Amino acid sequence: MPDTPALELRDISKRFGARWAISRLSYRLPPGRSLLLTGHNGSGKTTLLRMISTATFPTHGNIELFGRETRAHRAELRPQVALLSHANFLYEDLTASQNLALAARLMGLDGVGPRVKELLERVGLSARAHNPVRQFSAGMRKRVAIARLLLKAPKLALLDEPFGELDPAGIAQMEGLIRELQAQGATVVLATHLIDQGLSLTQERLHLEQGRQEVPK
Amino acid sequence: MPYWSPLALLALVLGVVITHLAVPSTRGWMWMVAGGLGMLALVALIYLGLVWAPPEAFMSDVGRILYVHVPYIWMCMLAFTINVGCAIAYLMKKSWRTDALAEASAEVGVLFGAGGVLMGSIWARPTWGVWWDWDPRLIATTVMLLSYVGYLAFRSFTEDPERRATWSAAVSILGYVSLPIVWFSVRWWNSLHQVQSTTQTLDSAMRIVMWWGTVTMLFFLFVFIVKRYEIARSRQSSALELPPEAARQEVAA
Amino acid sequence: MKPAGLLRGAWLVLKKDWQLEWRTRARLTATVFFSLSTLLLFSFAMGPNINVLREHAPGYLWLGILFASVLSLGESFRVESENQSLTGLLLAPVDARSIFLGKVLGNASLLFGLALVLLPVTVALYDVDLSRNPAALLLALALGCLGISAPGTVYSAMSSNARARDVMLPLLLFPVLVPMLLAAVSATKFALSKDVQEQLPSWLKLLTAFDLIYLSVGFLVFPRVVEDD
Repeated sequence: MPDTPALELRDISKRFGARWAISRLSYRLPPGRSLLLTGHNGSGKTTLLRMISTATFPTHGNIELFGRETRAHRAELRPQVALLSHANFLYEDLTASQNLALAARLMGLDGVGPRVKELLERVGLSARAHNPVRQFSAGMRKRVAIARLLLKAPKLALLDEPFGELDPAGIAQMEGLIRELQAQGATVVLATHLIDQGLSLTQERLHLEQGRQEVPK
Repeated sequence: MPYWSPLALLALVLGVVITHLAVPSTRGWMWMVAGGLGMLALVALIYLGLVWAPPEAFMSDVGRILYVHVPYIWMCMLAFTINVGCAIAYLMKKSWRTDALAEASAEVGVLFGAGGVLMGSIWARPTWGVWWDWDPRLIATTVMLLSYVGYLAFRSFTEDPERRATWSAAVSILGYVSLPIVWFSVRWWNSLHQVQSTTQTLDSAMRIVMWWGTVTMLFFLFVFIVKRYEIARSRQSSALELPPEAARQEVAA
Repeated sequence: MKPAGLLRGAWLVLKKDWQLEWRTRARLTATVFFSLSTLLLFSFAMGPNINVLREHAPGYLWLGILFASVLSLGESFRVESENQSLTGLLLAPVDARSIFLGKVLGNASLLFGLALVLLPVTVALYDVDLSRNPAALLLALALGCLGISAPGTVYSAMSSNARARDVMLPLLLFPVLVPMLLAAVSATKFALSKDVQEQLPSWLKLLTAFDLIYLSVGFLVFPRVVEDD
């Protein structure tokens, strides 16, 4: 259905203990458009991305991805959504290669061996493929996480501060990657402090302050 | 003392409970009615238990503690059953009321259970000569009691209210499920070792008093759970019931 | 892309845990030595009467396994919380029930391995005779380790985040394991010594029942525990 929005937030709120991290947020992302998510630390960006990824769910309200509500349809939606976040979901004592192979097998992909090799080359980690992730720097870990995201080839890619921990070359590479995902037809939701990069990569913007949508200054 | 008097008392208790649940306007004072009736029944129990009932053939006067011990254990089990019912209900449909009732019933259950086990121990010493024994009922009750102490500790250590409710429901179900297994395995062990279970033969007068005691404790179970439920609910509202709109107004003011 | 099914997902999680255990085998070794010390302490605490020690050896063995399980169960989920890997698994996607099965089998296999290592130690310290009914002995060990693992996996998933996590897991787990301990010790006893009344099959059946009950309840309840619902 061409008119179904990729993402729809219907009056969602999320509570942690006594604090509301997200309050009564509604938003509609038209199909084919990418979204820039901005706001200070603590404004609720990470919480929102986690909810969209189905890692967690709103206390009140619904989130719909491609027309399907997240709580009820999580099994269907999870193969199509990928989250790149501060937590990289890696096992410290497994190698980069083993981490990716595990992810690939869980996703049900074939040709795991060659696929993993190709992706590691792509993110520039071939030389360290067989080292445990524990020995990696923050930037290298991020690159493994990126490779994991590429493995999934998601319809909806959620990127939480993807430029963090990357050097200028890495940032340029990340931008290229985002454009590639978009070229493949994926919807990208990008949360970043680098407003200029963000604006050049997306068509829509949602600015959060204290869990609510506000007009950016 | 007519044989049906405990039944009449039971009808009273059920009347109180049903009215409390069905007619919301009575909820402010019904617990006081229950408490008052319970006190009267308790006074009667003291008389019946200490004076009216004949001394038990085998245990003589020591056996009189059973008129309180047994009802305590029954109330403990009833409370824990309410708790596991709430746990299952909560996992099927989230509700803060269900969680509050779960919390209340667990605490009250531990209260009655601890009292019951203590009294059982006091009874056991002159009767069996030991403070503790391999009795299936004793072991099963103690295991349940420990499980629920763990449940309460777990609740107090989990800070997020939603997570506390869901996870403690899981703990409750896992703990309760052990009851039949414990019972059965200890009983089977005893049968293999030819340990005679202590069956009390109660004559009709003693049976009446036992039932009277059980129904009396029902009044108190009701009162304690109602009051503890109210405490749980008020703690919930102070921690949770802050809707986003109110927060916005507060900030704007 | 068709994500891994229930059993395949469980197998992948299990394999992953085995890989991790192998890579951090220093920790495994430490757990084994911890259990060895426990068994040694029992023999010192109970005194040098070898007949007493032999008679109660099954009890000491199972207590040794139980204490070690608190360490290994806790570790199994610490690994998942380091980089929020558990969330990563759920989003991959992996069915939460697959994670449960994989983790239970992983924990059980680890404890079983530990038990096997402890057997020669019990021969040395308590003078038990392993040759009487080795098949039944192994079965009792396997069923018992599964019995510790099934509720243990659910509880350790809940304890990895709680305050006072070190005490919470044993506090929750031990009461529930009372019948399992009774059955496992009895079954082990009758596998190691004379079984005049032929009790062994019944104790094994009781253990099996315990395992099935807790596997089913765990299977139903675990998704609610790990999903942030």
